Amino acid sequence: MKLTEFKNTQRELYYFQVRVGVAGMVVLAAFAVLLARFVYLQVVQHEYYRTKAEDNRISIVPIAPNRGNIVDRSGVVLARSYSAYTLEISPRQVPDVEAVINELASIIDVRASDRNRFRRMLVEAKGADSLPIKTRLSDEEVARFAANRYRFPGVEIKARLFRQYPHGELASHVLGYIGRINDRDLELIAAESLEANYKGSDHIGKTGLEQSYERQLHGATGYEQVEVDAGGRGVRTLSRTAPTSGNSLSLTLDLRLQEVAEEAFGAHRGALVAIEPATGGVLAFVSKPGFDPNLFVDGIDPANWELLNNSPDRPLINRALTGLYPPGSTFKPFLALAALSLGKRTTTQAIADPGYFIFGGHRFRDDKVGGHGVVDMYKAIVVSCDTYFYMLANDLGIDNISGFLRQFGFGARTGIDLEGEAAGVLPSQEWKMKRFSRPEQRKWYAGETISVGIGQGYNAYTPLQLAQATAALASGGVMYRPHIVHYIENSRTGERTYVEREPLRTLALKPQHIEFIRNAMVGVNKEGTGARAFAGAGYTSAGKTGTAQVVALKQNEKYHESRVQERHRDHALFIAFAPVESPKIALAVLVENAGFGARAAAPIARQVLDYYLLGKRVPPADKAPAGAVEDDDESD
Amino acid sequence: MKAIDRLFARIAAPMDGPLLSISGGLLLLGLLTLYSASTDGSARITSQLFNVGIALAVMWMAAQVPPQTLMRFALPAYLLGLALLVAVALFGDVRNGARRWLSLGFGSGQPSEIMKVAMPLMLAWYFHKNEAALGLRDYLVAAALLAIPTLLIARQPDLGTALLVAAAGFYVIFLAGLSWKLLIGAAAALAASLPFLWSLMHDYQRRRILTLFDPTEDPLGAGYHIIQSTIAVGSGGITGKGWLNGSQTHLEFIPERTTDFIFAVYSEEFGLIGNTLLLALYLALITRGLMIAANAPTFFSRLLAGAVTLTFFTYAFVNMGMVSGILPVVGVPLPLVSYGGTALVTLFLDIGILMSINRHRTLVQT
Repeated sequence: MKLTEFKNTQRELYYFQVRVGVAGMVVLAAFAVLLARFVYLQVVQHEYYRTKAEDNRISIVPIAPNRGNIVDRSGVVLARSYSAYTLEISPRQVPDVEAVINELASIIDVRASDRNRFRRMLVEAKGADSLPIKTRLSDEEVARFAANRYRFPGVEIKARLFRQYPHGELASHVLGYIGRINDRDLELIAAESLEANYKGSDHIGKTGLEQSYERQLHGATGYEQVEVDAGGRGVRTLSRTAPTSGNSLSLTLDLRLQEVAEEAFGAHRGALVAIEPATGGVLAFVSKPGFDPNLFVDGIDPANWELLNNSPDRPLINRALTGLYPPGSTFKPFLALAALSLGKRTTTQAIADPGYFIFGGHRFRDDKVGGHGVVDMYKAIVVSCDTYFYMLANDLGIDNISGFLRQFGFGARTGIDLEGEAAGVLPSQEWKMKRFSRPEQRKWYAGETISVGIGQGYNAYTPLQLAQATAALASGGVMYRPHIVHYIENSRTGERTYVEREPLRTLALKPQHIEFIRNAMVGVNKEGTGARAFAGAGYTSAGKTGTAQVVALKQNEKYHESRVQERHRDHALFIAFAPVESPKIALAVLVENAGFGARAAAPIARQVLDYYLLGKRVPPADKAPAGAVEDDDESD
Repeated sequence: MKAIDRLFARIAAPMDGPLLSISGGLLLLGLLTLYSASTDGSARITSQLFNVGIALAVMWMAAQVPPQTLMRFALPAYLLGLALLVAVALFGDVRNGARRWLSLGFGSGQPSEIMKVAMPLMLAWYFHKNEAALGLRDYLVAAALLAIPTLLIARQPDLGTALLVAAAGFYVIFLAGLSWKLLIGAAAALAASLPFLWSLMHDYQRRRILTLFDPTEDPLGAGYHIIQSTIAVGSGGITGKGWLNGSQTHLEFIPERTTDFIFAVYSEEFGLIGNTLLLALYLALITRGLMIAANAPTFFSRLLAGAVTLTFFTYAFVNMGMVSGILPVVGVPLPLVSYGGTALVTLFLDIGILMSINRHRTLVQT
């Protein structure tokens, strides 16, 4: 009995030890699995996880570059960047944004417009790190917030770069504006593979030079390698590559001249482009009305946007660049030159003007009832005789006209350094074939050529094209690409890159023909339709008035300015260059719905030329000195 | 002088040299890692040293208690634990979405901790009592004794503790000689009941298991812990980034880095070499424990020593497996390394029990 018990105990112990042994094996096997896992993670996959840990640890923080300045030809700053404090909320760190804004409003003046902008950005910029609730804080506001900071986790003061246009509306259509980058901008940035360079940027050029020179102005984004913790807070900076400021633009534009020109328009809508004939540099580039580009920088508020976008005056339209207008009688010198060059007229050939021209049973009227009498080419330009040019156009034929005028750039983009330029229409048989679809519309009718002869009909050009063509007359046929930027100055090296120095082409014109046309245009300002506006000018000038019909008149209907709705009144035009001996400035003026070119457009040209050539500023009160042409008799 | 020597001898008498030095080594590694993982200065170290002091005292006291005395505690401890678990289920405090705490007059505690020791004690006692003729009935009773508290704990929910308690009980049953046939049958039954268990689980528990298979599914939610701890382990490489140099740790990418995920910190800073050392220490601890069990004089002490020893294995394996991404995330600390007093006391109580069993192996039972 005692022995069996002992044996049982021994056997039990043996069984137990087997079990312990099995457990030990299981433990060993499990630890082997763990060890294998460690070897896999720490040896086989080590490189992968090392990279992952580095990615966790290091965050690349972009540093936005300073946007380049824009200055006029004498160095006056037109657009500049400056750093200012903004109050920003990190939406992801703030559970109840509205409550925080209300709380903030108790210490800082948060306007309704600020709230609206913030809400809009919150929707647009999904996932943004932080968004401004108030921009450009005053020193006092900064101090007040700093004292209350502890109450606002997730709200911070940041230094941001702002864009300022110190002259407000002045030259607004040239400068354009920058605005916050939106989805469409992002697509464009992606298309050019510039995402990296825009990592730290909030703004991008939207229109004007800000848009067309975006790549120059933006600069190169710098970055900091920052060690961050799991909450994304920077712990220390590992390395820093400084940003490179954007290059600055030095314009050919003369801000004072621009100012004189814009003031000269008064309340009128219209456009003016003044070009230096010897270089193609744009001296003044006006589109009225303008707008204040500063409104757009932080995102324009709905009230102002409404005002600008829905105004019947359409202040956001760049008329000089995209507005298409018939040139009216300003077209005549070019047609005369065409006739001379193509041998269809001599300067002395004259007609007897009965006051109309009958073609195909249609009576094309001259402005002057009864006609201008015996009219040669000189007189035809000086008094702006329509009958002469009806006949001249008829003799030239539409394809001769378009073939010749194409050289002057009519109906084609000038290639100016602003985006969105309109091409316009230089009518020809081929153009009409392409333009229309119905067979009866696609045919060119000879009668249509006659309207083209006085700058009406299908003619449609931008004021810029007209200015470029005028500059070509002034320079004796040397064509330049008009440009607003004189040179780009590298922000680091100071090196200047000139935008345009070589002419595009020189037109094969006979000097005596050009000379004759210029003389006739001098005659316009001396004894013709421009004489009243240019009476007593202290320099020689060449000009040509023009009036462009907005609404077609019925047969035999006479145009009476006072009877026509303002929006349907004629556009007034004027082209000019001076001094004639060696032209320094050539320009085209268009005043919308202002009636006769001689009365509305020429005085503006006079003021611009006076200022540019003589440094004289005409006080608004004594415009329009007594002229040689009577109002009733006015013609162009 | 003699008095001091005697005192020292008195203190040292119940201690087991190998167990003490192995657990001392683990404690040291734990404190080093804790120092690196704490961002709030030395406060955690001080607090952990205090925990260590209490735990060692508990161990020393437990080592004094003969196994026969321990046996007497088995039933009362188990019943008390069970009663408290029921009380928790009825009146417990909810913290972090789990009903685990019971407020007592002087404070609050997690009664499930008691079960970690009471369970193997109870089952070892039960098998010992029926040693003469163990039959299927006994195993079924044991299974029921095991299942009731486990389910109560799992329902709190506290999957980690339920797992530890269930494992401790299972080890007793296994070591008591459950037939292999039954064992395999039970395993098959468990596998078959997995879908049913799945349906009992809480959403977050299911998510944790799903996350294990594809942590990237939910990188900022449930997957975050696994992703970041795996990165920490993997980026440690063979030699580690060096003590205090773990970027995952110091930039706070590792959650719970002083407690359940302290192994990620350790592994990042000490690398594969450190991990191997840690595995070796646990293996040594377990080997020593199993040796004690194998040499224990009574059925009760063998079962208890074996189960308690294997509990260390459960802790270590589940924790390291979880941190390195091969097991789902359950709240199991790394034994003797993770910060926290409760686990430390429980574990040193276990070591104390082992020491006691070892010390009393030569004494003949009456």
